[in-house]
Amino acid sequence: MDASAAPTGQLVRMRGRSYVAFVFSPVVPIVGWLEEIDATLARSPGFFVGKPVVLDLSAVDLSQSAIAHLVASLEQRNIRVLGIEGVDAALVTTSMPPLLTGGRSCMLTQNEPKKPEAKPKPMSLLLDSPVRSGQSIVFAEGDVTVVGSVGSGAEIVAGGSIHVYGTLRGRAMAGVNGNSAARIYCQKIEAELLAIDGYYRTAEDIGATLRNRPAQAWLDGDIMRISPLN
Amino acid sequence: MAKVLVVTSGKGGVGKTTSTAALGAGLAQAGEKVVVVDFDVGLRNLDLVMGAERRVVFDLINVVQGVAKLSQALIRDKRLENLWLLPASQTRDKDALTDEGVGRIIADLRTKFDWILCDSPAGIERGATLAMRYADEAVIVTNPEVSSVRDSDRIIGMLDSKTVKAERGERVEKHVLITRYDSARASRGEMLSIEDILEILATPLLGIIPESQDVLRASNVGSPVTLNNAASAPARAYTDAVRRLMGETVTMMVPVERKGLMNRLLGRRAA
Repeated sequence: MDASAAPTGQLVRMRGRSYVAFVFSPVVPIVGWLEEIDATLARSPGFFVGKPVVLDLSAVDLSQSAIAHLVASLEQRNIRVLGIEGVDAALVTTSMPPLLTGGRSCMLTQNEPKKPEAKPKPMSLLLDSPVRSGQSIVFAEGDVTVVGSVGSGAEIVAGGSIHVYGTLRGRAMAGVNGNSAARIYCQKIEAELLAIDGYYRTAEDIGATLRNRPAQAWLDGDIMRISPLN
Repeated sequence: MAKVLVVTSGKGGVGKTTSTAALGAGLAQAGEKVVVVDFDVGLRNLDLVMGAERRVVFDLINVVQGVAKLSQALIRDKRLENLWLLPASQTRDKDALTDEGVGRIIADLRTKFDWILCDSPAGIERGATLAMRYADEAVIVTNPEVSSVRDSDRIIGMLDSKTVKAERGERVEKHVLITRYDSARASRGEMLSIEDILEILATPLLGIIPESQDVLRASNVGSPVTLNNAASAPARAYTDAVRRLMGETVTMMVPVERKGLMNRLLGRRAA
């Protein structure tokens, strides 16, 4: 006999593998427990559809026909029982789902229906009217652009840069989330306060020669620089 | 269609009440049926300026609280038969006003009048916010000085966010009325220029009322400026403002010798 001869038939290979299943533990009265299941289904229909479900009958004492009836009742609700545990092997007939043993509890990871992909948030905020005294615009996610003026006593706080196509008379705070590369641009600088990443200058410290001119402010290391734009 | 117009400013003492009375009387003289409503509960003055202080029986708060009927609280002017006053209460404060009550009264007044002029109290609290709450149009009274202009800017921001119209996504039509304009001081550069005010407020100009003794004189005798001495400079300026409110195009008269300023100003308005 040739030792190297290939086996003629396909080998049936058995492997063990464990899976996660929902375990139902019915309690008496079974009717009440089924109503509970119905309530869950009413809240989220299809919750158990396609999910493996195991019946743990250790908390109840049911006859063979009662078990068969329970399995059928679940079947009616579109819940297919994969196996039964916690019951005497003699009570489980061949028409019933097989008896399972050795289950270990684990965390259920729910596969929520995927939410429609959220649109990426815009990284800039555009305001096309003047920002009035007393108004505070806070946009930590990115740049703020104002087409119009920012009034004295108004405030703009941005995670990114601030652009003002008008006169900046109020306070502008850019790069509030630690973005030292943020800048402040305006067509006419009369700002009460400029700040970038925590470094600030008040109106007093803004050179008189810059006033009323287009300017930008940026951080040069620890020093805020303000320079004319033309 | 009735129009609700709020006369507001933020800052006190700029001429809201004087302007409400003058514009109200001016509109009534033009044949409109007008009611001026005093929202300055606790510090009412409009009754004095209108010369009706001795005829007040019921007031706005009585109507808000349902103690009196609107028709009982309305006071008809003795000089103009289509001008009415709804006075404020002097014994109460602004907390007595409710949004719902004010809304009911304004809705009621809309059915009876062509123009409802609301004289706002100073500040940005309850009285001022409720005075502007139901407005279709706003006159922002501003003096040519920085504090007044900044307060007006604040009020414009509130008109754009806190009114019923703004909440519906509509716009309250806004006009700037510059009062107490002193041409002598302006020529010396001691006041904010008209251009600067309009540049800061970015709102169309309704009129420029010159600083004048006629205003004080009219208030003292309890008569709106437009009625007391119609030929006076402030009366003429208010009358022009009234015509602009009614949709007419009237050349803006700047109480200044220099003609160039006026032309530049008109260029700005057209833009």
